[in-house]
Amino acid sequence: MATVSQNATPRSSVPGNEAPLLSVRNVAKSFGKNPVLRDISLEIAEGEFLTILGESGSGKTTLLRIIAGFENATSGEIWMEGQRLDNQPPYRRRVNTVFQHYALFPHLTVQENVGYGLRVAKVPKDEIATRVEQALAMVKMAAFAASKPAKISGGQQQRIALARALVNRPRLLLLDEPLSALDANLRRQMQVELKSLQREVGISFVFVTHDQEEAMVMSDRIALLRTGELEQIASPREIYSRPATAYAAQFIGHTNLLRGDVRSGVARCHSLDWPVNSPDGPVLFSLRPENIRIVDVAVGSSGVNVVRFRGHIRQRAFHGSTELLQIECEDGLKLSVRTATRDKWQGDLELEFTPEDAVPVRESAERI
Amino acid sequence: MFSRAYRAAVTVPPLTWVAVFLLLPYLLLFCYSFWSVSSAQVIVHSWTLDNYRELLRVNVYLQTLFRSMGIAARVTVFSLLLGYPLAYYLSFHAGPRKDLLYQLVIIPLWVSYLVRAYAWKTILGSDGVLNTLLQYVHLTQHPLDFLLYSPFAVVLTLTHIYTPFAFLPIYASLEHVPRNLVEASQDLGASPLQTFWRVIFPLSIPGVLAGATFAFVLSLGDFLAPLLLGGPSGIMISNIVVSLFGAAYNWPLGAAISLCMMLLVLALLFLTESLEKKWSFR
Amino acid sequence: MELPVSRRDNRLGWLPWHGIAVFGFLYLPIVTLIVYSFNGSGVGGFPPHNLTLDWYRMLFDDDAIWTSVLNSIEVALAAMIISLAFGIPAALALDRANFPGKVLFRRLVLLPLILPGIITGLSLLMLFREADIKLSLATIILGHGTALISVATTEVFAGLQKLERAQEEASLDLGANYWQTFWRVTLPNLRLSIIGAALLIFTLSMDEIAVSFFLIGRDNTLPLEIWGRLRRGITPEINAISTIIFVFSLIAIVIWYRLRAGAEGKAEVGAELVESPAQGD
Repeated sequence: MATVSQNATPRSSVPGNEAPLLSVRNVAKSFGKNPVLRDISLEIAEGEFLTILGESGSGKTTLLRIIAGFENATSGEIWMEGQRLDNQPPYRRRVNTVFQHYALFPHLTVQENVGYGLRVAKVPKDEIATRVEQALAMVKMAAFAASKPAKISGGQQQRIALARALVNRPRLLLLDEPLSALDANLRRQMQVELKSLQREVGISFVFVTHDQEEAMVMSDRIALLRTGELEQIASPREIYSRPATAYAAQFIGHTNLLRGDVRSGVARCHSLDWPVNSPDGPVLFSLRPENIRIVDVAVGSSGVNVVRFRGHIRQRAFHGSTELLQIECEDGLKLSVRTATRDKWQGDLELEFTPEDAVPVRESAERI
Repeated sequence: MFSRAYRAAVTVPPLTWVAVFLLLPYLLLFCYSFWSVSSAQVIVHSWTLDNYRELLRVNVYLQTLFRSMGIAARVTVFSLLLGYPLAYYLSFHAGPRKDLLYQLVIIPLWVSYLVRAYAWKTILGSDGVLNTLLQYVHLTQHPLDFLLYSPFAVVLTLTHIYTPFAFLPIYASLEHVPRNLVEASQDLGASPLQTFWRVIFPLSIPGVLAGATFAFVLSLGDFLAPLLLGGPSGIMISNIVVSLFGAAYNWPLGAAISLCMMLLVLALLFLTESLEKKWSFR
Repeated sequence: MELPVSRRDNRLGWLPWHGIAVFGFLYLPIVTLIVYSFNGSGVGGFPPHNLTLDWYRMLFDDDAIWTSVLNSIEVALAAMIISLAFGIPAALALDRANFPGKVLFRRLVLLPLILPGIITGLSLLMLFREADIKLSLATIILGHGTALISVATTEVFAGLQKLERAQEEASLDLGANYWQTFWRVTLPNLRLSIIGAALLIFTLSMDEIAVSFFLIGRDNTLPLEIWGRLRRGITPEINAISTIIFVFSLIAIVIWYRLRAGAEGKAEVGAELVESPAQGD
């Protein structure tokens, strides 16, 4: 199996620190008159787990296919390790793909599937056998070596697809929504396994998905795509706590969008106001539901710099360990508030939040 | 999902018809092959193995059968050689024109067999189009004899007729190859040629088998092309059968030969089916 | 410099040429036939000259040919009815019912498609002989009808496979019984398959020789009429009638294709014609 780099910690957060593995430069793609990707630039570091996240139509799969070599970009370039990548056919790139529906060869056994790339590269037979064995062991499918793909389950096929790609020791592994066909529990299990696998082999993974939870669990960085443009690229924590745009704030996790007006360092939204460090003008704020706290009158307020207000519970949604409450304030403002289920809040409430938690975000451009 | 009346209504009529007009005649064929014909041209319903002995004794029957199989084999090979690359091209490289080209391939299938065989006759004759053309451009001095009234003419004509037959199942099986397998293969480092041999071709084998079977079996039993174009050296087994039911008037012997042909065809079908099952990966 | 990424190996450049050659091979005889049907000096010779419509005129006055055409049409229509009348229930039975002898039935029905036509023809001949039935257009009709049941069955069967069970279940759920469901839901969905089958059966019957050869009485069908003349020698009149046959075939197939391609995936069109009898067992 690919040599395990010594417990590689990802050098991910600051791209450009060392030479990136893959560099996407101003890539655009149109199908006929239909623009699918507009001027995308990003870099992927060695050993990084990058997720390209977006809705259908965002262009995420197209971008992946361009990197893999199954589509040509209309303009722009892709460079890998100092060499042009996008003028190479897919079979000459040191990039391998795990396909969405696995694309296992039905006429070959599991073993033959995994060894396919090695046979094509004319690797000596015994080396093939060893490497295939290691790859199967790594994905825990050694017992199925002689089976045909038709006889194993979806989750098992997915592991074989993974082994088949990794056994070739690619510089970069692309995964095209590989977990989308699995049921929820299996998905969660695979997410964890994929993540630890990536750590183990130390290869950069580029993972495409529309599931923002999945993205947050697995990635070192998330690249959020929206109608062909890169909305934001940052670590999960940063995207979550400091979303750049309203779209980013809403797509990842829940949020409350507050339209405020800033005058002389004070933001005002309905009857709420709080100090900010922004110039005058209309500003959109993102406030996460878990950052609105319900004040227990017995305990009292948590601090000085808080914004206080009253509200009434209109609806509650049960999410297991937490609840999402729909609160209507005295002035008609509607907010979502997340609380622990065990707290059992009812009726009229006192609420508060810290001004720093109201993050100013850009409006996202409207695109059809 | 059915009432009994519904089930009876859909099964009984076809079963009855098929029993009377298919099963019974084939059974009669079987019986006839064991009967004989008297000198007064009357069918004698007494059981005998004479017909089969005759088949094995007189050389001409086995010879003709083997010649027919040889012709059928050649037709099959040529049909596949013509049909497969065409099907591959249409399926993987034709792009938007695929549909139109497909129609163009199946149009000849609908044009009368007789018409097409006749067309070749007019082309290949010593006064025919091809010979006069060759002489016109001074490539030859005299008409080429072997063009017509020879096994060559039969093979040529039957290949022309059955290539679309071979094409259809091959094309269908190629269309069924999931395109992501082609991408996966290239992703793993295989060039388009390697991808073809390692992935596409193996998955198209059932189609090839079906096409080959059709071409072979239908050529084997053909009697029109040999009659029109085969001449004495191009006679095939069906021609013998036809004459036995005509001028030579020996129905039982004809039935015996037909039964042998039928068994041969059925054996071949059985063989192909089991091969197809082995090569189909669903 | 922007280097183009070649998506196809250049080694495959010969493929289109091969395709053109095959198309040439397939169409050459037909085109020759058509061209020479206008050739004044008859069937052979190169190059063609003396453009004329004489042969078509001769054809027009040829009573025997027209009689045979009418006979063929009569046979084809009758055969179509028989084939559909038995082929449609057969397809339904094969698709949905389980009954003793089902496998045998399936094979039997498909046999005439794959067996050389003369075998089916002379088997029927023996039947009529033993039953003392005189040969005539009626016997040809019976022959065609029987042989072409398999065409009807395969086409309708393919159509049934595409039919969503859920539609019929919805109909039953909403209160219709089996017969009503059949008339209101199943049959309309099969309309295209049936029309396609009818067209195909008609065309095949018009061209049928092998079975007809043995079952013919006094009245000729068109192919047998042409055949008879061929035995006596080639005349350009035959080119003319062949051209006309070609034009009709062309129209028929274009209609058939449009019907089927409208209803299903393009690759499936015609594929069921050459499905091995074993598939679907």
